[in-house]
Amino acid sequence: MPDPAINATNVVKWFGEGEARTQALRGVSVDAYFGEMLYIVGPSGSGKTTLLSVLSGILRPDSGTVSVEGSNIWTLGSDKLADFRLHKIGFVFQDFHLFPRLTTAENVAIPLILKRRAWSEAVAEATKYLEIVGLKNRAELPPVKLSGGEQQRVAIARAIAGQPDILIMDEPTASLDGDTGQAIVGFVKHNVLNEKRCILIVTHDDRISEFATRILKMEDGVLTGTVKGGPA
Amino acid sequence: MRGIHKLAYKLLVNDKAKFTALLVGITFAVFLIIQMTAMFAGMMKRASATVINLGASIWIMDPAVQTVAQTIGLPDYVLDAVRSMQGVSYAVPVYSGGALVKLANGTYQSVTVIGLDDTSLFGRPQLIQGKIEDIYGENAFIVVKDPEFPKLGNPHVGTEFQVNDHRGVIVGIAQVASSGLFGVPTLYTTYKRALQYLPNPRFTTAYVLVEPKSAGDVIRIKQQAEALGYLALTKDEFIDRISHFYIYQTGMGTNLLIMTVMSFIVGLSISGQTFYTFVLENLDKFGALKAIGAKGRELILMILFQASFTALTGYGLGIGLCVLLITLARLRLPDYAALITYWNLGLAFVMVVIIAAISSYFGVRRVLRIEAFDIFRG
Repeated sequence: MPDPAINATNVVKWFGEGEARTQALRGVSVDAYFGEMLYIVGPSGSGKTTLLSVLSGILRPDSGTVSVEGSNIWTLGSDKLADFRLHKIGFVFQDFHLFPRLTTAENVAIPLILKRRAWSEAVAEATKYLEIVGLKNRAELPPVKLSGGEQQRVAIARAIAGQPDILIMDEPTASLDGDTGQAIVGFVKHNVLNEKRCILIVTHDDRISEFATRILKMEDGVLTGTVKGGPA
Repeated sequence: MRGIHKLAYKLLVNDKAKFTALLVGITFAVFLIIQMTAMFAGMMKRASATVINLGASIWIMDPAVQTVAQTIGLPDYVLDAVRSMQGVSYAVPVYSGGALVKLANGTYQSVTVIGLDDTSLFGRPQLIQGKIEDIYGENAFIVVKDPEFPKLGNPHVGTEFQVNDHRGVIVGIAQVASSGLFGVPTLYTTYKRALQYLPNPRFTTAYVLVEPKSAGDVIRIKQQAEALGYLALTKDEFIDRISHFYIYQTGMGTNLLIMTVMSFIVGLSISGQTFYTFVLENLDKFGALKAIGAKGRELILMILFQASFTALTGYGLGIGLCVLLITLARLRLPDYAALITYWNLGLAFVMVVIIAAISSYFGVRRVLRIEAFDIFRG
């Protein structure tokens, strides 16, 4: 078995205080590997997004460890953690969170700009990633002029522009119709996934399960089993 | 421009409605602040016009004098006493008073008459027509060509008129550094003729103008004048005394302060609220940037850049608008008293910086509080 890209051990996360205090993650342990497209499925409120946030260095767990490529990310300070996300993680948010006042190419260039690349150089390079997702001809348009599927592809281009080792996709098909959703995830599997990259997807869309390497089921803050692929 | 700055710039200016509202707020506030303080500075300069134009280093006056127009006659011995003071190079009397001029068309016009020392003509204006020695001619007056000049029917050398029922003739046209506050033309003549033409109380010397032998003698002259029971002020001190009178004893200063504070509040309200709304509307974008890997200080830098850019652009537009208005006003009203100084530019700049700082403070607080996790939760 190769070394995992992500190794989470006994992760616990609580939200709220007093009587409203609830446990979102109840000692979750999971490994994710390079070259795999790992789905985490489960009903709403089961803790999928919380787990994704903890694994990607966005939400600090109350206990447990998360190691990415062998390093415990939650021992890092806030600036180092930001650098970790910038250099190692690519995010595709559920609502895309594209910047409507920027062009499509400028949106894609954001991770490069945060990496202190010159503006014109970053935008030029972003166009290459737009070409990968088939939207080079939309480079100068604002995202609001694009369809939902196209916006999702712009979000994917932005996520991979920083050449991350790990791609995090939160409900990537939630805002899309069935065919478009399948096309997008299929595109990601065939064009974005490679042996040096791990893709984590949170979804409850069964129609895209055919693209998963492995599917883990989550309920009430615990991983309850493997729906597809090897053991959790 | 660094990438992060350009990103902040594009997010700001591409939101045209918000950016316009922000600029309008700042521009309006700067315009009001500069316009009011410029009018005040203009009026203060006009109020000290005689002091500036005569240009004497030291003015000796009755201690009750508050403004240059409010003259209190000095007994004749004061001039002799001053001339005998240690450190005085020379001292001359000057007359300053009002008169009524009857123009050729039969209308009357109030004027200010300055009577210069006959011997030295100390404080004489710069002539643009005529010769200064003609002031010694019969009934001779020199008229100042300032915005009030047309009120005398645009006279020329040789124009005749009546001053308090005496014949007067223009022998020269002069220009001065500053025109007066009260909207009346100014005539120069000799001290003796002024006394001869104008009704006078017992004491006729308005001020004794003094030139010290050296700068170090100023304090000594002031002390000697005080011992004599009079007040000696340098030119700058006299201008300050006049300004002090208008600021603190006429209500002008209080009104200026109130209007300046109101302008500041208007600017802060419009710009602060609009900028805060701008930040709130982009909160998810800042959260997304945070999730992608932007550091807290980079987000702060973006907000400060946006606030500073808006503030400086609005500041420039406000100044431009103010200059435009003053220029247009002067085309219509040549004696429109407004003067943009470094002082009022500085005041407006400080206020704009405060507006930008307060606006960005609340934006920064919100942005730092947003958790990248909130973006995931939607």
